[in-house]
Amino acid sequence: MMNQRVNSNVMVLDGNEAAAMAMKMARVSVMAVYPITPQTPLAERLAQMVEKKEIEGKYICVESEHSAISYVIGAQLTGVRAGTATASVGLALMHEVLGVASGCRVPIVMPVVNRALVAPWSLWCDHQDAMAERDSGWLQVYAENAQEVLDLILMGYRIAEHENVLLPIMICMDGFYVSHSLQKVLVPEQVQVDKFIPKYEAKNLILDVKKPMFINNLTSPDEFCEMRYQQDVAFKNALVEIPRVQKEFKEAFGREYGLINSYECEDAEAVIVCMGSMSGTVKYVVKQLRKKNIKVGVVKITFFRPFPKKDLIEALSGVKTIGVIDRSAGLGSQTGPLGLEVARCLGNKDKNIINFVAGLGGRDITEEIIEKIYDNLLKLDFNEDKNWIDLKEDALHIRRYEMERGQSNE
Amino acid sequence: MNNNLKHNIVAQGVSTCAGCGLDIAIRRVLNVLGEETIIVIPPGCAALFSGYGNCTAMKIPGFQGNLENTAAYAAGIRSGLEAQGKNNINVVGFAGDGATVDIGLQSLSGVLERGEKVIYVCYDNEAYMNTGNQRSGSTPLNATTKTTPGSKLVPKKNMLEIVMAHHIPYVASASIGYIKDLERKVQKAKDVQGPSYIHIHTPCPTGWGFEPHLTVEIARKAVLSGMWELFEVIDGNKVSTMQVTNSVTPEEYMCEQRRFK
Repeated sequence: MMNQRVNSNVMVLDGNEAAAMAMKMARVSVMAVYPITPQTPLAERLAQMVEKKEIEGKYICVESEHSAISYVIGAQLTGVRAGTATASVGLALMHEVLGVASGCRVPIVMPVVNRALVAPWSLWCDHQDAMAERDSGWLQVYAENAQEVLDLILMGYRIAEHENVLLPIMICMDGFYVSHSLQKVLVPEQVQVDKFIPKYEAKNLILDVKKPMFINNLTSPDEFCEMRYQQDVAFKNALVEIPRVQKEFKEAFGREYGLINSYECEDAEAVIVCMGSMSGTVKYVVKQLRKKNIKVGVVKITFFRPFPKKDLIEALSGVKTIGVIDRSAGLGSQTGPLGLEVARCLGNKDKNIINFVAGLGGRDITEEIIEKIYDNLLKLDFNEDKNWIDLKEDALHIRRYEMERGQSNE
Repeated sequence: MNNNLKHNIVAQGVSTCAGCGLDIAIRRVLNVLGEETIIVIPPGCAALFSGYGNCTAMKIPGFQGNLENTAAYAAGIRSGLEAQGKNNINVVGFAGDGATVDIGLQSLSGVLERGEKVIYVCYDNEAYMNTGNQRSGSTPLNATTKTTPGSKLVPKKNMLEIVMAHHIPYVASASIGYIKDLERKVQKAKDVQGPSYIHIHTPCPTGWGFEPHLTVEIARKAVLSGMWELFEVIDGNKVSTMQVTNSVTPEEYMCEQRRFK
């Protein structure tokens, strides 16, 4: 068994298809989905899989994301694995009900295809949708590519459903960059996945006429705090369980994961901390700069919730200058949300921690932008808590309308 | 209160107001549905039966949802049960008028359109009563509430016609003034294949302003005066289940309630 070769099929999938494939292999038996760009191909793929009986389950075309997540909670509370997926304003519409899933400790695994929130309307990627839900009691993990989407979903079921965790999990993938780019993906055999993900079993609350209980009634101040605390403890427990599941995953499928992934950090003079699809580009730039003997590194945050404090401190212990790229604006805040987390973790007088906001509403985070960030970091050339690194020069004039003159400045 | 009940599912001594109409409705509905039932209740007056802390009034499994998604939760529960081959369990959504005709309309419409087998019961006390009497889409014309202190200037939304427009197999109106009629309708809703909807008129002494001992009498007067029609619609065919005798005038029905003064 020890050296048994892992049987995988090499397939060409985009992130949406990889997510549908993973949900199928996890044998999700109730799917309630509402289509939204850029998640739509995922919604369609699941429907096709059910139609072709590749999935033994029921697919429901609900009338909103709000009903989608409600439906899935209801279904999973009866003791089956249920699923949905969403993006952007769809996730925002779910907001109220996300808290029901996490508060009732229903371990739903939900792909989130990251897309900017309105206004103004955008169809394209940034992380504000998921970041707005960062305190909703859901685990959050960010995939860099389609392979990670598949793997993190498979691991997601194991982590979320662990009896010491019992938290729902969002598997975030960047809209279009990951959701729509076709990549080579190693897809394991169903029999291997069945061994890795056992049949679903409700471990706490259940709607069962044989074991009647009333779930989610009014709770007094006398118990409310403790129940929230239990959720917080579950996140701490997740920090223990995630590496165990990742180890088991590596043994079963051969691919290694961590809470974070660090690259060339040991002797680095400057390191970028980032999440999602931009990580690949940052890594590429690191390789290029290293060829010129410029000592830079990168840390990719895979798990944002729970936040991997220990791993990050360890990875960056010798690094003096750290740039954090947020793909969301953190409006009104000192820095973007990832910037705040990293600063809380590492902040002391010995380190320079600089926050950069980049790639909003689908703007590419290019090699040039990343080189510019490294250049700034190495020269310590920045002056703001939050540096909007990819702004156009005429930022304050775009779409500005002069009421009195009745004409646009553009 | 629990006299003549087949199933002892709901605890006595629930802290509804004296003379509560909904209290009668929930006991009678569950008396027909029995122990093999899962109930979804949104926050509202009926949530008093969900209970508080580690106490509940229910001896059946239940879930308190949000105000606007009772039908979606219920349909999800139905699908979860179906996936396990548990097809003989009733799933009932039990929501007030606000949670049905206002904020819950979309989620209910979705479930009805998709034909999912959920029994949806709306208890209609004609305003947001649990929060202290604010108008809903189901508040009748000219009724005063705390958010229509002058009086409501537009008529009550015809929820039953909205439901009927979804062409579901069973739709009925009912009243806590006519228990046998109500229980017979719940039985039909239970037996039908596909979604069913029962809209129960449940007078509220606290909000409407009448003496608590008059609840059933007021409910009957609503029907006898033609202010609340009792009927059922089976596969699109509407049949009255109580003839209006005009033995009571609408004025007599309304004059006993302070909300119309």
